[in-house]
Amino acid sequence: MAMEKRIEIFILTVDELVSRTRSLHDEGYRLVQICCSKVDESGKAVLELDYTFDKHYNLYNIRISIEEGAEIPSISEIFGSAFVYENEIHDLYGVSIQGISIDYRGNFYKTAMPHPFTQD
Amino acid sequence: MGKQTIIPFGPQHPVLPEPLHLDLVLEDERIVDAIPSIGYVHRGLELLVSKKEYAEYVYVAERICGICSFMHGLGYCQAVEEIMEIQVPERALFLRTIWAELSRIHSHLMWFGLAADAFGLENLFMLSWRLRESVLDIIEETSGGRVIFGACKIGGVRRDISPETLRDMCQKLEKLKGHMDRLTGVFLNDRSVGYRLKGIGVLTREDAQRLGAVGPLLRASGVDMDMRRLGYAAYERLSFEPVTENDGDCYARCAVRARELYQSIDLIAQAVSMMPDGEVDTKVLGAPKGECFMRLEQPRGEVLYYVRADGTRYIERFRVRTPTFTNIPSMIHCLKGCDFSDVPNVILTIDPCISCIER
Repeated sequence: MAMEKRIEIFILTVDELVSRTRSLHDEGYRLVQICCSKVDESGKAVLELDYTFDKHYNLYNIRISIEEGAEIPSISEIFGSAFVYENEIHDLYGVSIQGISIDYRGNFYKTAMPHPFTQD
Repeated sequence: MGKQTIIPFGPQHPVLPEPLHLDLVLEDERIVDAIPSIGYVHRGLELLVSKKEYAEYVYVAERICGICSFMHGLGYCQAVEEIMEIQVPERALFLRTIWAELSRIHSHLMWFGLAADAFGLENLFMLSWRLRESVLDIIEETSGGRVIFGACKIGGVRRDISPETLRDMCQKLEKLKGHMDRLTGVFLNDRSVGYRLKGIGVLTREDAQRLGAVGPLLRASGVDMDMRRLGYAAYERLSFEPVTENDGDCYARCAVRARELYQSIDLIAQAVSMMPDGEVDTKVLGAPKGECFMRLEQPRGEVLYYVRADGTRYIERFRVRTPTFTNIPSMIHCLKGCDFSDVPNVILTIDPCISCIER
């Protein structure tokens, strides 16, 4: 079946995130999405963030793993559309993202409880 | 700088039947900023994936949105099929394409009605929705459902369409073209409609790309990106070029959707003429293990599904990145500098679907 090719996922550290994102931007990639998933790693909750990019209909995905409540840098200065995903991830998962270009400070998602997607 | 006023807009508003809230910052009658907030109808459908068997979840995926219901089911099925390396029968791929394009026609016709309502032409709203009704009748005749098709399943589709029904469907769609000429003619040629749409909410090509716009919003700014070019379902066998316009205003977005109506009818005719015989589904054994990103072109633009499965009968993580969500930055950009009275028009031309955002 012809459709999306199976893509490789590149695992990065938080420190490498901004520089790799900048180089993808310079190569002409477009930000498709940022996705956060709560996963269980040997009994410990970890948040995985997938940054998905596209160029000429080919996806490129980078992944970072962080602990709950950790701080990460924003990529919204590089990709203008990133701020909605970063506000979403902050509001639903409680990830502290530093330097979001338009930061709604927890008011983007109206939730009945703080950071509902981290609840078990 | 004049005195600033903040006007709350939504989540209940007469011209926006979608639960989106905007705080509009105005100087006199001019918008200087728009601050969105969402979360009013969140249903937790992504979480539900871990509580339903993977084959049953198709029913839930279809219920993410009432307009793109078939597309959501299709995207989820394609992602699981990719992980399980299932070869879907050819005929099923063509049937999926036909239902996907019928969804696009009914979604665009619905949008024309809502857009007409937003700029105050109630009779044009009635005309658009009357045409949409005839498309819903075709969908009901071929799939059995009007809103939720229930036609897609992992490994194929649930029902076939007979050659006679396919022929009738093509004839009805050909006839519909005549009515659509009248409808789109009003939208594209009427002077009063032009006053409300031309030069309003302009999004340049550079801004559209910078802000991550997708779908008709992006194509109206001159970028020919269309995920159907990935060739999923039967699209790799069909001939089409993405519809683009260059002005990037509300009128251009309207023109893109108008031309896409005819394009969808043409794609359906191509699919029917090339439809192979054979089975419409294949037996699915086992459980998915692995992860996959899958993209489709919904009526509102590129949608992305992420599925991660651990080999049990329950999917571990399902994520939908909807076109409306990624169009929010562009919508805010378009609103800035607009008159307050143009806000409904600008928001409507993005074609927001909040139920998609609020999975």
